Amino acid sequence: MNEGEAMTAFFKKPKRYMPLRQREPKIDAPQGLMTKCPSCKYMHYTKQLNENHKVCDCGYHFPLQAQERVDMLVDEGSFERFAGPSVKANPLDFPDYEEKLTKDRERTGIEEAVVCGKATIDGLPLVVCVMDARFRMGSMGAYVGEAIASAVRNATSLGLPVVLFTASGGARMQEGMVSLMQMANTSIALKEHDEAGLLYIAYLTHPTTGGVSASFAMLGDLNVAEPGALIGFAGRRIIEQTIREKLPENFQTAEFLLESGQLDAVIHREQMRSFLKRMIELHDGGVRHV
Amino acid sequence: MGVSVMFDPIKEVTEQLNKLRETAETKGIDLSREIRHLELKLDRLEKDIYGNMKPWDRVQLARNPKRPTTLDYIQHLFPDFMELHGDRHGYDDAAIVSGLATFEGVPVTIIGHQRGRNTKENMKRNFGMPHPEGYRKALRFMKQAEKFNRPILTFIDTKGAYPGKAAEERGQSEAIARNLFEMATLKVPIVSVVIGEGGSGGALGIGVCDRLLMLENSTYSVISPEGAAALLWKDAKQAERAAETMKITAQDLFNLGIVDEVVGEVYGGAHVDVSLQSSLLKPVLLQHMNELLAQSTSELIQGRATKYHQIGTINE
Repeated sequence: MNEGEAMTAFFKKPKRYMPLRQREPKIDAPQGLMTKCPSCKYMHYTKQLNENHKVCDCGYHFPLQAQERVDMLVDEGSFERFAGPSVKANPLDFPDYEEKLTKDRERTGIEEAVVCGKATIDGLPLVVCVMDARFRMGSMGAYVGEAIASAVRNATSLGLPVVLFTASGGARMQEGMVSLMQMANTSIALKEHDEAGLLYIAYLTHPTTGGVSASFAMLGDLNVAEPGALIGFAGRRIIEQTIREKLPENFQTAEFLLESGQLDAVIHREQMRSFLKRMIELHDGGVRHV
Repeated sequence: MGVSVMFDPIKEVTEQLNKLRETAETKGIDLSREIRHLELKLDRLEKDIYGNMKPWDRVQLARNPKRPTTLDYIQHLFPDFMELHGDRHGYDDAAIVSGLATFEGVPVTIIGHQRGRNTKENMKRNFGMPHPEGYRKALRFMKQAEKFNRPILTFIDTKGAYPGKAAEERGQSEAIARNLFEMATLKVPIVSVVIGEGGSGGALGIGVCDRLLMLENSTYSVISPEGAAALLWKDAKQAERAAETMKITAQDLFNLGIVDEVVGEVYGGAHVDVSLQSSLLKPVLLQHMNELLAQSTSELIQGRATKYHQIGTINE
C-alpha cells in the first residue's frame, strides 16, 4: 500500500458490520499437527489419529486416501500397482475438462479416482481396487470404469478374489454417456469373474452414490460398508422434492441399508483387515472351488 | 421457438397433400399441378425446419406427451403380443411392460418402459419411472427368454428410475446393478431401441444389449439437461447449452460409437404417424435381430463384452 492509498483508507467510513464471532476458540497449531473431528469436534493429534486407523473415538471414520487404505490393508511391500488403462482423455470434448483433470492430478498426486493392483493379506493373494473421493469426487468416467474392469479381468485370469473399495459421487458428468456405459463395462467384467467361481467383496465407503452404487458397489458376493457411509441411488434432495416429505436423519447411511436388507454387514475400520482375511480364508482363498 | 407450433405446418401440409391425392384417385380428376405444388412446399418446410434442428429441439420432441410409447409400437409391430405380469415377489410394476410375441415368425420376449398417455394413465404407470420391482420383473422375463432361447427386444423410454424413499429402501441400486450383471452373459440376442427419453441408470437397467438403436429424435443421457446445467454451471436455465455439450442426441451418440444405428423419424416427429414410424423401425429391428441370431452364443457374449469395453478405450 503506498501513501496515497493509506490516506484514502484512513478517511473511508469505518465498516458498520459487526464482526462475526468465531464459534470455536482458535487453536494455534501448525498445519497438519491437529485434526478436528467433523462429527464430535474433538481435536486429535493427527499422528495419534493415524495410529487409530483415522477413526475418532465417537465412531466417525475419516475419509482415506487410496494409498492410505492400501497401506493399512495389505502386507507391507506386497502391493503391485496395475498400469492405468489407455482411455480417451476427453471423449465429449467437454470445455475445460482436461484442465480440471490436470489440477486434480497435481493436487492429489494420483492419476485418477481409482488405484488398482495385486497384493497379499497375511500371505493371501488378492486383487484390490480403491477409489479416492478427492479426485473429481471419485466420479466414474472411462478411466475409472476401464481400470476397474481390467483389474477384475486380471483377477479372473489369475484366479484371484477381488476386494473393491468404493468412494464415488457417481457418474463423471463431463464424460456423459461414456460414463454411463462404464456401469455396463464393469458389471460385465464382474459377471465373468463370478462365472469363474471367484469371490468378489464390494466394500462401500463414504460416499457411494448414483451410477457406482447401481453397478459394481452392489454386485459383491458380500456387500459390506464402513459405519456412517452415505450409500444411495438418488440424491437426498431429489427424493425430498419428489415425495415432498422430509427424510429421516439416518436415511441412506450404511446402518439404514443394513436394516433394510441391502448390506451383509457394517464393519468398523479396525476390523477391516481381519474381516477380509477371514472371509477370503472361509472361501478357500477366494479361488475357484471345484 | 416452441416445437408444437414449429411442427404444425408440416402436419397440416401433409394432411392437405394426402387429401388431394385421395381425391385425385377416387374421383379421377387431374390434380397433379396442385399436388406438385404442395410437395414442393412440404419439401421446403422440412428443409427449413430439419436443417436447423438443435439438440434442445430434439429434447422437446423426445418429451412430447403425444410421442408414441412402448405399447404403441407393440401394437403396430407385434399384433399377437401377449402381456405377462409380475415380479413373483408381490409386485407388478406398471412402469415396465413385458410379454411375448412373434416377430416375423420368431418368438421374442419384449420388455419396455411404459409412460402413460394421459394424467390418469401416468398415475398408474408412475410416469414410466420404475421401482426396483420393475427391474426385477424385467429380469424374470429375460431369464425366461434365455431358458427358451428367445431373442429379447427392449424399448427404452424413461426419465429415470424412480427417486423415492421406498425405492431406495427396497434396493433401487441393487435392482439395476443386478440387471446389468445378468444381462452381461444372457445367452440370447438383445436389441434395445431408445424411443423417447433414455434416462441414465434407469434406462440402462433394461438396456445392456448387443445392438443399440435410437430413433432420430430420442435422447439418451447420464442426467437430464436441466440437472447437468444445475450441477455443472449452477444454473438450470442453461439446459439448452447442456443438451449440446452433453452429447445426448442419437446422432451424437452414433458418432461416439455408443449407438449402432439411428432410425429415421417421420417428418415432424414419430407422433405424427405411429403406424408409419413403426414401419420405419421394423426392418432395422429385424435386420439386427437376424444378424445376431446367426451368431454363436460365445460370439454373442464376447461381442457384448467387447462393445462396452471399447466405448471409452483407445483402440489398440
